[in-house]
Amino acid sequence: MSEGPVNSPEIRRLARVLEPGYNYASVTDKIASIVLTRPVSLGWLAGFSVSFTVLMVLLGSIAWLIVKGVGIWGINIPIGWGFAIVNFVWWIGIGHAGTLISAILFLLNQQWRTSINRFAEAMTLFAVACAAVFPGIHVGRPWMAFYMFPYPSTMGVWPQFRSPLIWDVFAVSTYGTVSALFWFVGLIPDLATLRDRATNKPAQIIYGMLAMGWRGSARHWHRYQSAYLLLAGLATPLVLSVHTVVSFDFAVGIVPGWHTTIFPPYFVAGAIYSGFAMVLTIAIPLRKAYGLQDFITMRHLENMAKVMLATGLIVAYGYFMEFFLALYSGNKFDMYLVDQRLHGPYSGYYFALILCNIITPQLLWFQKVRTNVAALFVMSLVINLGMWLERFVIVVISLTRDFVPGAWGRYQATFWDYSTFIGTMGLFVSLLFLFVRGLPAISIAEMRELVAHKSEGDE
Amino acid sequence: MSTEPRNTLYGVLGEFDSADALMAAARKIREAGYQCFDAFAPFPIPGLSEACGLHYGLKGWRHNFVPQLALLGGFGGGLTGFFFQYWVNVYAYPLNVAGRPLNSWPAFIPVTFELTVLGASTFAVFGMLALNLLPQPHHPLFTVPRFKRASNDGFFVCIEATDAKFNLAADAKFLESIGAKFVTEVRDED
Amino acid sequence: MDGMSDHEHKIDQDNHPPNAEERELREYPLDLAAADTKAKSGTGKQYWRSIEELAGDPHFEDMLHREFPRAASEWDESVDRRDFLKLMGASMALAGMAGCGRTPEQHIVPYVKQPDGLILGKPQQYATAMPFGADAIGILVESHEGRPTKIEGNPDHPSSLGASDSFAQASILDLYDPDRAKTPTYAGDIRTWANFQEVAQGLATSQKAVSGAGLRILTGTITSPVLAAQIQYVLKLFPQAKWHQWEPAVSDGSREGAKLAFGRYLNTVYRIEKANVILSLDGDFLSSGPGHIRYQKEFYRRRHLSGPGDEMNRLYAVEPTPSVTGSAADHRLPLKASEIEAFALAIAEKFEDYATKLHPKLSLLFSPNAVKFIEAVATDLQKNRGTSLVVAGEQQSAEVHALAHAMNAALGNVGSTVYYTEPVEANPVNHAESLHDLATDIHNGKVDLLLILGGNPVYDAPRDWAFSDFEQKLKKVHTVVHLSSHYNETSEFSRWHIPETHFLESWGDARAFDGTYSVIQPLIAPLYQAHSAFEVLAAFTDKPGVGSYDAVREQVKAILGGGDVEKNWRKTLNDGLIAGTAFAPVEAAAKFSPANLPAPKTAAKEELEFIFRPDPTIYDGRFANNGWLQELAKPTTKTAWDNAALVSPATAKRLGIGRTIASRGGEHGQVRSSVVNIELAGGKVTAAAWIVPGQADDVIVLPLGYGRMKAGETGSNKGFNAYSVRASEALWTATGGKLTVTDDEYPIACTQYHHNVEGRKIVSSASLEEYKKNPNFAHEKDETPPDGLTLYQDFQQLGYYKHYKWAMAIDLTKCNGCSACVVACQSENNIPVVGKDQVMRGREMHWIRIDRYYETGLPTQTDDAKNEAVEIPALYNPPAYFQPVPCQQCENAPCEQVCPVGATVHSAEGLNDMVYNRCIGTRYCSNNCPYKVRRFNFLRFQDWETPSLKLMRNPEVTVRSRGVMEKCTYCVQRINNVRIESEKDNGGVGREIRDGEIVTACEQACPSEAIVFGDANDPNSRVSKLRAQQRNYNMLGELNARPRTTYLGAVRNLNPDLEKA
Repeated sequence: MSEGPVNSPEIRRLARVLEPGYNYASVTDKIASIVLTRPVSLGWLAGFSVSFTVLMVLLGSIAWLIVKGVGIWGINIPIGWGFAIVNFVWWIGIGHAGTLISAILFLLNQQWRTSINRFAEAMTLFAVACAAVFPGIHVGRPWMAFYMFPYPSTMGVWPQFRSPLIWDVFAVSTYGTVSALFWFVGLIPDLATLRDRATNKPAQIIYGMLAMGWRGSARHWHRYQSAYLLLAGLATPLVLSVHTVVSFDFAVGIVPGWHTTIFPPYFVAGAIYSGFAMVLTIAIPLRKAYGLQDFITMRHLENMAKVMLATGLIVAYGYFMEFFLALYSGNKFDMYLVDQRLHGPYSGYYFALILCNIITPQLLWFQKVRTNVAALFVMSLVINLGMWLERFVIVVISLTRDFVPGAWGRYQATFWDYSTFIGTMGLFVSLLFLFVRGLPAISIAEMRELVAHKSEGDE
Repeated sequence: MSTEPRNTLYGVLGEFDSADALMAAARKIREAGYQCFDAFAPFPIPGLSEACGLHYGLKGWRHNFVPQLALLGGFGGGLTGFFFQYWVNVYAYPLNVAGRPLNSWPAFIPVTFELTVLGASTFAVFGMLALNLLPQPHHPLFTVPRFKRASNDGFFVCIEATDAKFNLAADAKFLESIGAKFVTEVRDED
Repeated sequence: MDGMSDHEHKIDQDNHPPNAEERELREYPLDLAAADTKAKSGTGKQYWRSIEELAGDPHFEDMLHREFPRAASEWDESVDRRDFLKLMGASMALAGMAGCGRTPEQHIVPYVKQPDGLILGKPQQYATAMPFGADAIGILVESHEGRPTKIEGNPDHPSSLGASDSFAQASILDLYDPDRAKTPTYAGDIRTWANFQEVAQGLATSQKAVSGAGLRILTGTITSPVLAAQIQYVLKLFPQAKWHQWEPAVSDGSREGAKLAFGRYLNTVYRIEKANVILSLDGDFLSSGPGHIRYQKEFYRRRHLSGPGDEMNRLYAVEPTPSVTGSAADHRLPLKASEIEAFALAIAEKFEDYATKLHPKLSLLFSPNAVKFIEAVATDLQKNRGTSLVVAGEQQSAEVHALAHAMNAALGNVGSTVYYTEPVEANPVNHAESLHDLATDIHNGKVDLLLILGGNPVYDAPRDWAFSDFEQKLKKVHTVVHLSSHYNETSEFSRWHIPETHFLESWGDARAFDGTYSVIQPLIAPLYQAHSAFEVLAAFTDKPGVGSYDAVREQVKAILGGGDVEKNWRKTLNDGLIAGTAFAPVEAAAKFSPANLPAPKTAAKEELEFIFRPDPTIYDGRFANNGWLQELAKPTTKTAWDNAALVSPATAKRLGIGRTIASRGGEHGQVRSSVVNIELAGGKVTAAAWIVPGQADDVIVLPLGYGRMKAGETGSNKGFNAYSVRASEALWTATGGKLTVTDDEYPIACTQYHHNVEGRKIVSSASLEEYKKNPNFAHEKDETPPDGLTLYQDFQQLGYYKHYKWAMAIDLTKCNGCSACVVACQSENNIPVVGKDQVMRGREMHWIRIDRYYETGLPTQTDDAKNEAVEIPALYNPPAYFQPVPCQQCENAPCEQVCPVGATVHSAEGLNDMVYNRCIGTRYCSNNCPYKVRRFNFLRFQDWETPSLKLMRNPEVTVRSRGVMEKCTYCVQRINNVRIESEKDNGGVGREIRDGEIVTACEQACPSEAIVFGDANDPNSRVSKLRAQQRNYNMLGELNARPRTTYLGAVRNLNPDLEKA
């Protein structure tokens, strides 16, 4: 390919969501080969064993928790919720980007989503899995946690549907189910491809089972597309609702710093914010490791950077409104809390949060930064940290300074708080490693569509 | 249950070398008056289904029923969600909780919404699979080695033996005439 | 050995085949032999003997067939049976099991419920008394199937009038303390009582020879006529023997003061309810000293406000460090302990009686502020001649006491607000001298046989009498017999140690602060091989083995004279006392004039003054192993599990003492405070410092009772031992000490560090003047929305809470933070002790807490001691307010709405019920509780193993395990008991529950009647009347949680001449 002086390779790169020179077969080869033919690399083995070890740390921490009780954490009265809830909200938030990319961008017919939606959805599932760890174990009697499900008990008792925690149970489980369906439906044609290309029997059988006899007939595609469209349509309000419900856990409570109507929108924005950050955190190493730069192009990265900038500004607005409303309402408890965030014992966390979530992302205004892979990677990590701090500030600081000064206290995380948190990262990364080896990280069928469009374009 | 191996004619399969060729072929076959035939492509080709005469109506074997199912599931889930909560709080287990009314309907909305979405999406997905008669591990077409390319870069059309005016020789010719670069009979054998 | 064969024989005779218990029994000696490797052949015999004794025990059969199976099962459940055996020893274990639910031999009479027999599941109440210093606290003890479980005040008893204090409440835990000594020991080896008796007889005969010249008896203060008589009897048998007394926390000041004033020991009794104006000279009469429970009742009965028309008494307090009494005072002046005498003189100087004769210009010694105070007090006292009262503190000098007597005389208070009686103590002596004589005698080798009946001199004797090298001295004493409940520091050095019976285990008697004769009757046979002082003494007489039962009977007979002896006896037991036995007032001729006193001088500026005080919760150390009292936050410092050297904010700043809030637990748990080294009286001690607002500058308070080495699991190695720097010539106030601040910090468990209400609607207060002007002060800036301001019908309108509507009103005017309610609640509701570490993480479990706020007028957030410039002046002497906070039982309970499983919901009577079985422990309810009254079992706090603690639990309250939330229930078990009774009443027809029939544990214990519980639907109930008052307000009313627990604004009767101090 020859590039004239007018359009520099950079510009053309940016313009493209798929590098030229691909046909159906080559696309299929390139992506399917990662799963089917590529030998297990040392890098993969090393990475997986590390993450698996960390996963074991999680299991160990949970075992000890069951043995001793939640007292091994730093929580106390008045700070009844600590790391467990912070991590839960953080993970759930991260999940949002996946569904958003695959559903909303699909509805908006954004072609550039094609090459990132598959692993973004996978990320969603794994993030939800990590989040789902916490509601189960953070309760005092985990073996009784099933009381939260509405089942016909012999005692004739039922859950208490006014509690946001019950809403959580439904929201998170629905979200998990729908994301899984969405992801799987998207996978069916590719599973068929793998089935047909697999050379060894076990692979043929396994992928054959999963492909369920998909033949790519016109009737199949016909219903498949309407089902996929419907799922996208349903997942969109769902993804917005999930973090809204999560924010209700706080907004419905009367604790100063929790009880505010700004929470739902600003939680959702925050979720998307952290979600895209996490997608970048994964995409950048992934495209490098498997040479997918042609599919996950600079344009993808830049677009995601733009989304982060936008949502970041919404979040900033949220922080501002919290302050404004506290002062404007004249509510002495809220005003005191605002003051505590700035001058209280945890002000350090608050300023770190402002730095990570509001100040740093402003660099994304510059294209130089948006198109610098390294910078984006660092930025994504910073934003992930910032969003975790945000949840910490909301959950913990609010509880340390509530209504009765005589009962005020403080919170300090213990070793087990940290080990559990880091452990879930092990779970997350382990699942990702298995995913890239076992399933096509990019939707082959959709890439073929892209090829088709391109060829039309060229003619 | 007969024990001797099955060996019945399923239909005749023709391969075309591009999406556009497939579209054209499908259109021609339909104009030729065939009813039972199907087209196969490695990715959804816009308009192919219309070319094959599929529609969103409820009549005939070509119907696409998925949206209606989703609607049904959505309504089912939502109504169940709300009235289950209503029943629990007002009849089954009425309690004075925080002095809130028994029927605190605003508090029931989130669960109602979630169940609506859950119902709709599960119905959509499983409806789609059911209507596509999936899972279906075995299919006569899988006996044709070339058909593997249907999931990669092959475009096929198959006229099925169940069609009223099916005739193996004639149809094979017909397929070649409309540009199939490769034609074969498909036998349901094992 | 034949004893053993005897016992084998016994079992073989049983015609049914030997069963589990009997096999257990046979194995018994083997287990023991294994348990105690030290067992020599000689001592090995002892075990057989003890088994034999048990076989001979009249209750053995009974025990074998009824109790043993239960005991066996208990053992199997308990984690390490072997260690358990090691601890208890075989015979003790058996005796212990026999103890469980075994009713005593003698016939005792239930107080309220029918006396005959015992209905299972129906608790019975018995009247008895708790001997405490020179007082006996009249109590009722609740007994479940023969297990005493709860202590309450005896309404008929003059010393308690139905209330109690934290000590009385917690004494039940001492009974079941697993660390109690369980067997007599000789040089640490297990012995039997019989064996001791033999030895005692031997010793007695050898003493007879020298007519007891080598015999010494050391006791604490004794008000028991029977025990005193027993001692006198021994002294009669051994004419040369001597009786010494030592009580570390009871000062000689009051005794010697009386001697100074009247020429002889006299007992001072106050009639607080008659006093309009009270001046307390470093006195803590509301929370310690004889009669303090009664005094608190009387004091607060004079502060009951039914409306702005009512009047109150007025209390002035002058003290070096904030006491419960000082915090309750209307006006309080911090002064060094050594300045109190000068202060008293300066007051007296203002009386015309002395005006001319006294040292002029005394007032020059004081700051203008203090002088103003003196003027005002003097005037106020004289305005109220005959209805005023001057109270001198236990820890003050004889001179101050004499001055108080003189002033009361001068004010004509004698006979009206104060009167004098013959001493309540059986044998009043100057304890300091008494112990000194004993020490000298020992030193000079005059002592062969020393009986230490109770007490712990090795630990608590002044250091300069070298009781620290008691061991050396004991080499000179042939035999030391130590009687005490625990094997403590003194037992270590004593050849013989005899476990002492708890007062709930033995017969006895005692005189109350006013002389009233009170009977002590046992509710349970001794859990272990424990014996009373009476029995130990008996062992040395010609009548060994005689119990105190007959003696008490005789005593009662003697007091009541003729009549139906049996009937009198039963009535006495029923009442727990003999009415009208209070000593008559005596005419005391004053032999003292303040003029005789030398001109006092105040201490040099900035010279540190070290003062000793009994600890507010563990007293002189005797309660050191009591988990309830250890975990009870001390009223004025809000610290637990440690003592600390208390300093004033200004002095702290001067000396560079600081503290930081640790992030674990923080304000509600852990504060790291400077560590200081104190050199005093030749001793040296390292202590944590603690800054106390309102303490006099340059005063260091050293609370006694901590630093125990052998108190038991709970009490050992906590805090520092102030006795180790306590000298005999300066028992209470010492100077010339050196204090150096180190760089170290020590973590202090502090349950409430933030003392500023931050301008929130939590505590509202006013002076009496303001109250009269504006009776509605409690509702200033009140944003409580009016009832029925809701879109929905609330449950009231739907007909809920129709029949009964339980409510509680707490009058902040009456709460002085004494914390009796906290311990009462802990005892009633099986609340676990979590230990210092967990308290420091902010996880203590008390269902009712007492918040303490200072009226500092500070801007917000000075709590991090950032802003010392503002803080220190404001904290010089801030008025303190105490607020008991149980569950508020909100009608719109925020906790209920957020519970996902409906584990906390509302009852038809408006109780906020907690369903433990349903709770999964999300802790959301606690987060959403604006009052933070919910408590969570973060770990398994409850002790499920220790057998003795199982006996103590209240069977009517669920014992919570790990992972569930819990909180105050308004004592729902009591509500339901009364409801059942009321419904059965009128021959099954049933009736309304009467007001005052249901008494919650906290209400019952409260000596100031600050807590009132009842039915808010009944317009005539006490609680309704209180709720109807204008002072009644909702805590954080603007949240519209509609609490059922409401507060009445605190009113202080300020002297207009003194602006708010």
